[in-house]
Amino acid sequence: MEKQNEVLEQVIIKFAGDSGDGMQLTGTQFTNTAALFGNDLSTFPDFPAEIRAPQGTLAGVSGYQLHFGSVNIYTPGDKCDVLVAMNAAALKANLKNLKDGGIIIANSDGFDPKNLRLANYPDGKSPLEDDSLGKYNVITIDVTKMTRAALVDSGLGTKEIDRAKNMFVLGFLYWMYNRSLDITIKFLEDKFGKKPAILDANLKVLRAGYNYGDTTETFRTRFQVQPAKMAAGSYRNIMGNQATAIGLVAASHQAELPLFVGTYPITPASDILHELSKHKSFGVKTFQAEDEIAGICTAIGASFGGSLAVTTSSGPGIALKGEAMGLGIMLEIPLVIINVQRGGPSTGLPTKTEQSDLLQALYGRNGEAPMPVIAAYSPANCFNTAFEACRIALEHMTPVMMLSDGYIANGAEPWQYPTSGDLKKIDVKFATEKNGENFLPYKRDEKLSRPWALPGTKGLEHRIGGLEKQHETGNISYDSDNHQFMVRMREAKVEKIADYIPQQTLDSGPEKGKLLVVGWGSTYGAIKTACKMARSEGYDVAHAQITYLKPFPKNLGEMLFNYDKVLVPEMNTGQLLKVLRDKYFVPAIGLNKIMGIPFSAGEIKDKIVELCK
Amino acid sequence: MDTATTSAPLFTSKELVTDQEVRWCPGCGDYSILKQVQTVIPELGIPREKFVFISGIGCSSRFPYYMETYGMHSIHGRATAIASGLRATRKDLSVWIVTGDGDSMSIGGNHFIHLLRRNLNVNVLLFNNQIYGLTKGQYSPTSEEGKVTKSTPYGSIDHPFNPIALAMGADGTFIARSMDRDPVHLKEMLRKSAAHKGTSFLEIYQNCNVFNDGTFEMFTEKATKKQEALFVETGKPLLFGQNNELGIKLDGFKPVVVNINENGNSINDIWVHDTSDRVKAGILSRFFDSPEKEGHYPRPFGVFYEEDRPCYEDVMEDQVNQVIAAKGKGNLDKLLRGSEVWDIK
Ligand code: SF4
Repeated sequence: MEKQNEVLEQVIIKFAGDSGDGMQLTGTQFTNTAALFGNDLSTFPDFPAEIRAPQGTLAGVSGYQLHFGSVNIYTPGDKCDVLVAMNAAALKANLKNLKDGGIIIANSDGFDPKNLRLANYPDGKSPLEDDSLGKYNVITIDVTKMTRAALVDSGLGTKEIDRAKNMFVLGFLYWMYNRSLDITIKFLEDKFGKKPAILDANLKVLRAGYNYGDTTETFRTRFQVQPAKMAAGSYRNIMGNQATAIGLVAASHQAELPLFVGTYPITPASDILHELSKHKSFGVKTFQAEDEIAGICTAIGASFGGSLAVTTSSGPGIALKGEAMGLGIMLEIPLVIINVQRGGPSTGLPTKTEQSDLLQALYGRNGEAPMPVIAAYSPANCFNTAFEACRIALEHMTPVMMLSDGYIANGAEPWQYPTSGDLKKIDVKFATEKNGENFLPYKRDEKLSRPWALPGTKGLEHRIGGLEKQHETGNISYDSDNHQFMVRMREAKVEKIADYIPQQTLDSGPEKGKLLVVGWGSTYGAIKTACKMARSEGYDVAHAQITYLKPFPKNLGEMLFNYDKVLVPEMNTGQLLKVLRDKYFVPAIGLNKIMGIPFSAGEIKDKIVELCK
Repeated sequence: MDTATTSAPLFTSKELVTDQEVRWCPGCGDYSILKQVQTVIPELGIPREKFVFISGIGCSSRFPYYMETYGMHSIHGRATAIASGLRATRKDLSVWIVTGDGDSMSIGGNHFIHLLRRNLNVNVLLFNNQIYGLTKGQYSPTSEEGKVTKSTPYGSIDHPFNPIALAMGADGTFIARSMDRDPVHLKEMLRKSAAHKGTSFLEIYQNCNVFNDGTFEMFTEKATKKQEALFVETGKPLLFGQNNELGIKLDGFKPVVVNINENGNSINDIWVHDTSDRVKAGILSRFFDSPEKEGHYPRPFGVFYEEDRPCYEDVMEDQVNQVIAAKGKGNLDKLLRGSEVWDIK
């Protein structure tokens, strides 16, 4: 039978099912296949809050959104074109995010009376059987039945057979989007190489899904999404937390210092620890501490001894580390603190994203405790940001906070990865000789930073601590003039970093004009897309994304006043907004979303249009 | 921590004195401890620059400022964690933690027990004065029940910690007790602590003459010391009393105080101390009842228990080396590339 091919620029697929349905794996496989094919893409997994929520319930739905295209892609997308629903709950939870006219691929076995009841469908009526889904293109497949049929001779038990269901769906989608099975076949071979029966079953079901599309008459249309025109070079796919981890290893390599990570598991930061603990061949030492405080304190100890020391956490853990961060600031030692933000306050929304720890990062410590803060804006950018956090910490002798969030930490995108030769050296000098008659541990250089003298260095024995210290000697001092001097000195030292960071640049748009949209962190993709959409409709809008939040780039203030209006979209109630208004007296306007989910480009575009009218 | 002892000291005790004025109250037990530490450190055969003293907060935690070595006066309760990070990455250093009963038993209790189970090769000196001195006299987690202090005008209702039993419970590998008023014994215990490979935990009874004066005098003062303090040494019978006429006999698991010259008892019936016997060390650690109680046991001083167990930092390093031996040294370019790449032309 003749099948038609329709060419599309971009597609958004949401894979949704019960947490046991393997949707994260299905999504990741499709992503890798699309990436290696040359599509640009962006992904966003959406985990249930409970690890094992009751099967079939709305609370147990696990999702994975993939946006891929032949054009440049900056976000996982707003509403999806295709919704894969492995059961009734998955459909119910995600239907509102499906475009009108979108495709639903439903596993009919997941719509039996029990599943319908668990998903709260009234009277046990299946939406697949009434006309409530009339405006969508519904493809109903009894995936369970097909999978069992494919494996009838496999000798495997029903439980094992049913576990291969997701491969059927994946195979079908590969057919739908004209994709090769090769990457997934290789993946399965690596994964199940030692279990030939399971490998065989998965391969069979994967092919069965593909062939089902090919041979069944109902499906006439297949879709083509051409490779994207991206900058020439070599690419790989990368997730945010993974990029952060690799950034730290790279910094340790470029600084020629061993990497030590003292940390405590917390969602959504734990994957950084998991990734780093794999890289022992780089001499990385990971220390899973007894609590968050010990996480940072062991890092302080390692830094005192001359390691590149890092601690990782999320909001609640950062709160616990507050006092020790203050110690790091008083000691003036290099230390990188990574906050992968999540919804707060308190335990808040551990699996959901938010940008509500900016003020905590800037001000959340006792006393006047200035600390540089920089933020990553996309999964791949976590690499550069982690590297830069290490550079600032080591070259300026200070703790540095890096902000990421659940959205980019778990999201993935293609990354034009660097080679080691592309990376800057990080300049570390240990003190080896006295800098006065006695060694002066707080004598400052042109960066206002103090010498790093490691224990074991003969003749430089000295004591440091959390008490206020005398200028230069570092001896305890309760002198009031000295205290004021030192408070201002610590602030000046952090502000001095502005001389060693790049100027703020525009991401897009005119240098002067009506409206500047200023973002920080993970809102980057949505703002970029929104600005592009608005400009294509003739609105005069520019975009700047701030990486350096403390200190700000020196030209930022000037840039803000080149526009009639400034809009600051944030996933909080207006934290950067407050800081910008405070520092520059700029009458900026906020656009705030605190729903645990990222902005859609459409939401930001609407606001741009409103302000430009 | 273990060290090779050499005969000629590399530096003198005097060279361990800093230019900082010592700020403890006159008569404080800390002075004696400082002096004994400054005496023992030069004997250890380790260059001065390899010593690091890390403290938390409290009177005792001023200690590093008075030692001309590397040092850090950190934050309340965290010296143990900071020292763990330092030692895990710098095996060449001799790391000493100076802490108090509030610092290590209260706010830093968590890090304390985890340090012991990990067994990093560091030395913990717990200055136990059973009171909060720096904050001017509140009861501490080691203060006895009923203690009247500024924060317990009607008497403390808290049951106290027994630091030695706590350390036993946390699987410490070297557990000992000494006192500020017995320099000879204290120096001996410091030497033994230094010689042990693993976390050495030394509890030192320290008199706070301002807020808790005389709380240990039953054990430290001539008139009662022989009766109330039991000095234990491996291979020697547990004897005490004015003329060493009293001893501890084990009746099953129950310790009984007997007079070796009476009722047909003989020295041969007395429990002989063995620092490698965990069960007996556990019993000994429970000799903790108030000296005012009728029929109480004497308080033991000396090494309760010692065990040889691999140190965290050694295993950590071994693991890194094993991975490098198996996979080769990490290649940054390979890491940056990952496993699946594609080219865009
Ligand atoms: S308050 Fe007590 S423990 Fe503190 S220095 Fe004075 S006497 Fe010593």
